Amino acid sequence: MAGIAIDVAVAAPRSRIAAFFGSTVGRKMVMAVTGVFLVLFVIGHMIGNLQVYLGPESLNHYAELLRELGHGGLIWVFRGTMLGAVALHVWAATALTLGSWAARPTGYRRRQQYVESTYASRTMRWGGPLLLIFIIYHLLHLTTGQAHGSFVVGDVYHNVVAGFSVWWVSGFYILAQLALGLHLYHGVWSMLQTLGLSHASYNRLRTVIALLIALVIAIGNISIPVAVLAGFVS
Amino acid sequence: MKLTLHIWRQQNAKSKGRFVKYDLDDVSPDMSFLEMLDVLNEKLIAEGQEPVAFDHDCREGICGTCGVVVSGRAHGPRDRTTMCQLHMREFKDGDTLWIEPWRAKAFPVLRDLIVDRSALDRIIAAGGFIGAPTGSAPDANAIPIPKEDADLAMDAAACIGCGACVAACPNASAMLFTAAKVSQFAKLPQGQPERYRRVKAMVRQMDFEGFGNCTNHGECSAACPKAISLDHIAQLNRDYLRSSLRADRRIVSEVGAG
Ligand code: HEM
Ligand code: FES
Repeated sequence: MAGIAIDVAVAAPRSRIAAFFGSTVGRKMVMAVTGVFLVLFVIGHMIGNLQVYLGPESLNHYAELLRELGHGGLIWVFRGTMLGAVALHVWAATALTLGSWAARPTGYRRRQQYVESTYASRTMRWGGPLLLIFIIYHLLHLTTGQAHGSFVVGDVYHNVVAGFSVWWVSGFYILAQLALGLHLYHGVWSMLQTLGLSHASYNRLRTVIALLIALVIAIGNISIPVAVLAGFVS
Repeated sequence: MKLTLHIWRQQNAKSKGRFVKYDLDDVSPDMSFLEMLDVLNEKLIAEGQEPVAFDHDCREGICGTCGVVVSGRAHGPRDRTTMCQLHMREFKDGDTLWIEPWRAKAFPVLRDLIVDRSALDRIIAAGGFIGAPTGSAPDANAIPIPKEDADLAMDAAACIGCGACVAACPNASAMLFTAAKVSQFAKLPQGQPERYRRVKAMVRQMDFEGFGNCTNHGECSAACPKAISLDHIAQLNRDYLRSSLRADRRIVSEVGAG
């Protein structure tokens, strides 16, 4: 019997690694796994930051402790891991965003009426780049000091108080933390979904966890510049 | 009812389309949306104009052939409803409606409101099937399946492949469709032999077709006439992860069969 020629375009198979990192689902998982690292980091970082309320000795001692861990080597392992996580996260976010933009070359004339998406979910691609700018600024400001007017190496408490006494610096930190809160509200939920953690009995819990993490991180971090500006911490 | 309709008119896949405005009087609130378009087309034909091309078949909400975006909502404003099952009583006298085809690079417009959805068929062809012996049908309850799993598989299998998920997704992603087609088998014993090959092959084809990536907005599920749950997307993600971690099984020995 003569076969019927069907013109079907089929994706060619690839090696396991190439297939994973080349696929939208794989890249999304890169974003989720690096997201886990980033979320755990911001939680730990916030708890560290709150020691500003315990006074200069406490905060400076804590900072010194971190720098000296493993004879000063561990902090570099840690910094390398975090920078790697940010780099992978941004790479995946960029690749996926470009793919999605290309997926609808002709948009709708009437703007889509959103039903289920949230402000947080629709601002991930605005909030993300803002966070990247913030991370770079924040490192130059309170880690290396180039973007700081009166940076004193080792006197973290002074650097924080002096830095946040400038109103627009505080303003930018507050804005960035609001963006982080929004990013985490959708991000944590999305991360659980991407990693396949869903079950009808626990799905409500996912939203609660996301909301809780977002609120605690945003409020905890925002309290510090507010406390400095209000003269509560000086 | 009187309606003002702005409808996307496009001669063929190559030509540039545009919106054309039509005023339609005497629309009965009891008409379905497609019947309203039929009435418009009768009028256009009587006036010697080209009727508006739109897809439809069963007109009872089960085939998945119909579907347009009405004023920014795929399948119109009513939840869990296909175009053919949407009635004009959902609209008000004097309303202005913008009627557009599904928009996605993977769904090229063929004519007016008709798009080419064969990309979805190719995703199915890549792995959305099971191997089954031919011959007489097996006894229906020969393999015991937990009720919960059977229900979840049935929920996924309710997908009629209309493409509204892609149309409603801000990323033009086909994840809900692909996930439903993966999940309906992942839950059942009959789907196990190809389970991990299936998810990889279908995702690969989905990406190849040029759909966008899922960012878990949930617009797909909200637009879906069968309200397919996002949980199936998590199921796909779970299976994809497992499938990527597993080495493809190598043939150890070719002897021994017998
Ligand atoms: C402290 C920094 C950050 C944290 C804690 C964080 C956390 C997360 C988490 C948990 C996710 C969810 C992953 C998923 O959808 O499975 C996510 C998604 C995302 N992130 Fe970040 N992220 C951070 C920084 C950034 C930066 C710097 C960018 C971009 C330049 C970015 C862009 C995105 C985008 C575009 C998504 C995808 C949103 C979506 O799929 O809906 N993020 N982030
Ligand atoms: S025509 Fe069959 S679902 Fe609408």
